[in-house]
Amino acid sequence: MTNIELNKADHSQIGESVQTMTGAEVLLQVLVDMGVDVIFGYPGGAVLPIYDALFQQDRIRHILTRHEQAAVHAAEAYARSTGKVGVALVTSGPGATNTVTGLVDALMDSIPLVCISGQVFSNLIGNDAFQEADTVGITRAATKFNYLIKDKDKLAGKIREAFYIARSGRPGPVLIDIPKDLMINTAPYQKQVIKEHPSYKPVVEPNHQAIVDAVRAMKKAKRPLFYTGGGIINSGPKASKNLRALVQMSGFPCTSTLMGLGAYPASDKQFLGMLGMHGTYEANLATHGCDVLVALGARFDDRVTGSVKDFSPNSLKIHADIDPSQINKIVLVDIPIVGDVSRTIELMIEEWNKNPEPVDQHALDTWWKQINEWRSIDCLRYTQNNAAGATIKPQHAIRRLHELVSKRGKEAYVSTEVGQHQMWAAQYFPFESPNHFMTSGGLGTMGYGLPAAVGTQVAHPQGLVIDIAGEASTMMNIQELATIKQYRLPVKIFILNNRYMGMVRQWQELIHGGRYSESYSDSLPDFVKLAESFGIKGLRAQTIDDLDAVITEMLDEPGPVLVEIQVEKEENCFPMIPAGAPHNQILLGADSKA
Amino acid sequence: MDYIDKKTLQRSAQQEKDEFVTAIFSLIVENESGVLSRVIGLFAGRGYNIESLTVAPVDDGGRKSRINILTSGTPMVINQIKEQLDRQVPVYRVVNLCRQGPYVARELALIKVVSKGSERAEALTLADAFRAQVVDASIDSLVFELTGKTEKINAFVDLLRSLGLVELSRTGIAAIGRGRHTI
Ligand SMILES: Cc1ncc(C[n+]2csc(CCOP(=O)(O)OP(=O)(O)O)c2C)c(N)n1
Repeated sequence: MTNIELNKADHSQIGESVQTMTGAEVLLQVLVDMGVDVIFGYPGGAVLPIYDALFQQDRIRHILTRHEQAAVHAAEAYARSTGKVGVALVTSGPGATNTVTGLVDALMDSIPLVCISGQVFSNLIGNDAFQEADTVGITRAATKFNYLIKDKDKLAGKIREAFYIARSGRPGPVLIDIPKDLMINTAPYQKQVIKEHPSYKPVVEPNHQAIVDAVRAMKKAKRPLFYTGGGIINSGPKASKNLRALVQMSGFPCTSTLMGLGAYPASDKQFLGMLGMHGTYEANLATHGCDVLVALGARFDDRVTGSVKDFSPNSLKIHADIDPSQINKIVLVDIPIVGDVSRTIELMIEEWNKNPEPVDQHALDTWWKQINEWRSIDCLRYTQNNAAGATIKPQHAIRRLHELVSKRGKEAYVSTEVGQHQMWAAQYFPFESPNHFMTSGGLGTMGYGLPAAVGTQVAHPQGLVIDIAGEASTMMNIQELATIKQYRLPVKIFILNNRYMGMVRQWQELIHGGRYSESYSDSLPDFVKLAESFGIKGLRAQTIDDLDAVITEMLDEPGPVLVEIQVEKEENCFPMIPAGAPHNQILLGADSKA
Repeated sequence: MDYIDKKTLQRSAQQEKDEFVTAIFSLIVENESGVLSRVIGLFAGRGYNIESLTVAPVDDGGRKSRINILTSGTPMVINQIKEQLDRQVPVYRVVNLCRQGPYVARELALIKVVSKGSERAEALTLADAFRAQVVDASIDSLVFELTGKTEKINAFVDLLRSLGLVELSRTGIAAIGRGRHTI
């Protein structure tokens, strides 16, 4: 069929103006329609037609990462820091299999993502063709949904649908596998609105009676607590605003999960810090002792609950989540609310104002008095020796980083790797607004931070982006220094080098009798030279004397910088609730005033 | 009050925490490739057991299929399975027929018996009593077809064990709610 014939045929079928182009061009056009301005990817045989089409246009920017896992993490961080859908593009076989970790990471943390993978020619599928893999099979459990597109007429529609599924309901990663012939051959393009998937209907509007009951319980509370999670950030900036209003009008304390940090301003006096395994003393004891727990967009992860049967044992539990399967999954709740969390909070505020009952201010004052007592033990206290030549405490390095950044009147975007440094970042680098903290919570993926910094910086070219990293994690996606160099991304890589897989060492010390099995990072690179070999500035702080100067130089440098902070090797991260223990058995560091 | 029902249901679930209950999940799904493996992959990935599974298209155009899954677990696990199934993109509807109300469930079995003489005669008599059809016969073998409740098939098969039962092929249950209830 010639182009003209095809055009005619499609016209009669669809009855609206249809343009014909190659499948690759259709793909890019639909991406433009969906508001995509940048994609992260890595080429290969099966996606060459898409790369050729990319070359011939200038509406979509392509960022070449140096590994497909990094492309997905970068797209995740782009999504997390902008609230838009992140897009990754990879080739068939090895390209697609390299995305699996990133896809599961996005699935666990509910990050909206569309991953486009190339597939071998349709007639070769199933033949063990060169670079063929059963991508939809492999990624089925790694995605919210995935497709192999077999019909060129469905190309445009399926891509639109993928975006709709990725960002609606509980957001997540969607993979589209496209055979090479579909990209080369002509395919119909229509500028159509997104049709909702017929079997996929997420509930957005919360049940009214549940809201009424929840607010009634909240007003009756004597020891209430808000427990907020990443759902607030996923729901958009309005959710954070609503949350702030609700928390303040109620006068209740508020704690947050790792994923939710920034949704409520950390500097506010009603904020108790993070809860869970490495959460603050006051947040965990408040969780243990509260009588009404209002969980908003949080999912009772085991890093939060500790021992489930002892979790907040005497509270009435209200749980708002957009995903009904999260309700009663781990902890039985009394008042479930299914729906968009921003809308839920909005309705709670309305109901709060309508309900004439006053809060029990006397009880609330007593509760705050108790919380302030817990606070006064100062669970994040550490002692930094300031004598010349003293070793740097990792906590101090992060605190100084935050102080020096704040002095410049900036709010930094921070990504992290996974380990002690991640928890210290959560504890010592407070966030005032949402979308500023990019970290791998659910999967805990080492190697996330550096590519995440890439994605964040691409999304916010003028923003200050800092990757707070450990030396072992940095090694996992170190090749991304090349991406940073190529696109002149002024990312600051802040490595706390303790020469250990610190978090592993900590567990081995506390749980495995100090047998440091394989947790020592021997033969590390010279990080300064490593950075320089990529054409990136490298700095090092060896003692407390260097710390401030190095941070200042890093912040002054307009381009990318890799900083190695040599820190106390055997420092542990406290507070800590040992796995499986209840919240009131929290372990404190030696310096707190308990 | 939809959501309160769930709450009381869950409270009672906690009381009978360790008691296993049976569930028959009936799902209406999009009839497209990968859907079945998405559904059963969910069971495998979370360590839930499938006792039987049937699946076939149910509407004219063959756009929708019905999947029946027989499983068991604590009430809390059963509820989780339902919610997890429900949130799958290609799933239209999920019902636990055991919870929804009265239902009928049927299974078909093909049962091969190799025997001669008195045992063969006895097998035929039993088949008569159970209303099983003979769908194949040779001098020393018989194949019975039996449709009915799972327990009835189990009872028939148990009786045939001593009479030369050599091979069994069962479909797993197809189930549907009684009365005007639809899913
Ligand atoms: C891909 C991956 N592999 C293994 C782990 C297990 N793990 C968690 S923390 C950690 C050590 C991290 O060391 P480092 O990056 O140096 O950070 P530190 O804890 O020392 O701050 C390891 C191995 C993981 N989270 N991710």
